[in-house]
Amino acid sequence: MDDAIAVRSLVVNRGRRRVLDGIDAVVPRGSVTGLLGPSGSGKTTLMRAIVGVQVIAAGTVTVLGQPAGAAALRHRVGYLTQAPSVYADLTVRENARYFAALHGRGHVEADRAVTDVGLASAARQLVGNLSGGQRSRASLACALVGEPELVVLDEPTVGQDPVLRADLWARFHELAATGKTLLVSSHVMDEAARCDRLLLIRDGRLIADDTPDAVRAAAGVEDLDEAFLRLIKAGEPGRTGEAS
Amino acid sequence: MNVRILFATVGRILRQLRHDRRTVALLVIVPSALLTLVYYMYVDQPAGPGAPSAFDRIALVMLGFFPFIIMFLVTSIAMLRERTTGTLERLLTTPLGKADLLFGYGIAFGLAGAVQATIASAVAYWVFDLHTAGSIGLVIMIAALNAVLAVALGLLCSAFARTEFQAVQFMPVVVAPQLLLCGLFVPRDQMSGWLQAISDVLPLTYAVEALQEVGAHAEPTATMWRDVVVVAAAAVLALVLAAATLRRRSS
Repeated sequence: MDDAIAVRSLVVNRGRRRVLDGIDAVVPRGSVTGLLGPSGSGKTTLMRAIVGVQVIAAGTVTVLGQPAGAAALRHRVGYLTQAPSVYADLTVRENARYFAALHGRGHVEADRAVTDVGLASAARQLVGNLSGGQRSRASLACALVGEPELVVLDEPTVGQDPVLRADLWARFHELAATGKTLLVSSHVMDEAARCDRLLLIRDGRLIADDTPDAVRAAAGVEDLDEAFLRLIKAGEPGRTGEAS
Repeated sequence: MNVRILFATVGRILRQLRHDRRTVALLVIVPSALLTLVYYMYVDQPAGPGAPSAFDRIALVMLGFFPFIIMFLVTSIAMLRERTTGTLERLLTTPLGKADLLFGYGIAFGLAGAVQATIASAVAYWVFDLHTAGSIGLVIMIAALNAVLAVALGLLCSAFARTEFQAVQFMPVVVAPQLLLCGLFVPRDQMSGWLQAISDVLPLTYAVEALQEVGAHAEPTATMWRDVVVVAAAAVLALVLAAATLRRRSS
């Protein structure tokens, strides 16, 4: 059982719109997998299905060997929502300590999680008084504080300066090196090169599931941005049943 | 339910409240300020022979209203914020159980309501010389129970509101009929049958009757205990219904 996530024929509708249309994908353990695609392509919905908060129409999602959303997984999966979901009227440290307590961790782990996202100097500030980038790092600290085996991060680096972004990606690879699995979404293609594997979705369909090098080779170009454009164009004549 | 998670949640909610000093000040000061108004409104009203003075009658019921109204509003907004900021969705991916969250709110705001009721009762008894045959402790207990009932109703109503505007509109819907029909404005036995029937199914009616029992009798009466049980049962029912509105999965 080497796959942290196995998605089979996943179909999700939101309202009358088909948001995910038959996704098949696997995410190997101990890796950093990038989930890329334009805004509105279904990245967040796929992540919601993986953490078990999305009603699905068909297909299966297996996470760490169990059906997504199983009660036993709540100790083992960390989820960062796209909008920072932390309490604005608590300090960074109080937020981290609360989410630590939910996972049975103490103050030491909470303070370490705050330091790891570079917020040690802002730990005593109310989240509501932080900048957008700091706020999303506070939210990230709360997703990592339980030391989950699988970390699902929805656009964790939006609004971060380049130095911090590099630090965060280094941190993600450190975690993967210790056997954790990370699924990280982004719509910034230059982050794709930092991933071990890539999943590219567009209009609710998976159009690539490979390593960055293999994606470049398949498209015949060095630049990943250009490679994705070619893959999208190559896939277009075969596309059917596109939802409006 | 997990005791460690439950108390972490209670602590978190109280910490949020503590950071909001203005809200804390309003919670503490507003009931006493309103009692002051009531006192001067009724201070010169003559009381019938053997009947409690108008102030005693009204202030006693007001002590039960304050935590009810205020905790209902505070809870509806707090829970709505959990829903709209995404913290609720995130909490539901953690080991936290629904009961941990709902009872966490019940305990945290129940405590806040108890503190509020204690301060308001202290002012009513010692500044404005409120007279009741029964003890101040029973008044505070019933007021705190009202706070818990209000929290439970607030948690339930927040499920039906998408915005803060809608959430505050539930206050007149939920609170006003209970206030009008509880027997303070028109004694219940003088209401027409259909009004009495509505009054019979509103939990605040029982809380007010319990307070009136404390006002009239030196010792707790069987009617008072029955009323207390009815209010507590209504709170538990509202919490169970609120749990049913919390879905881990949404579309």
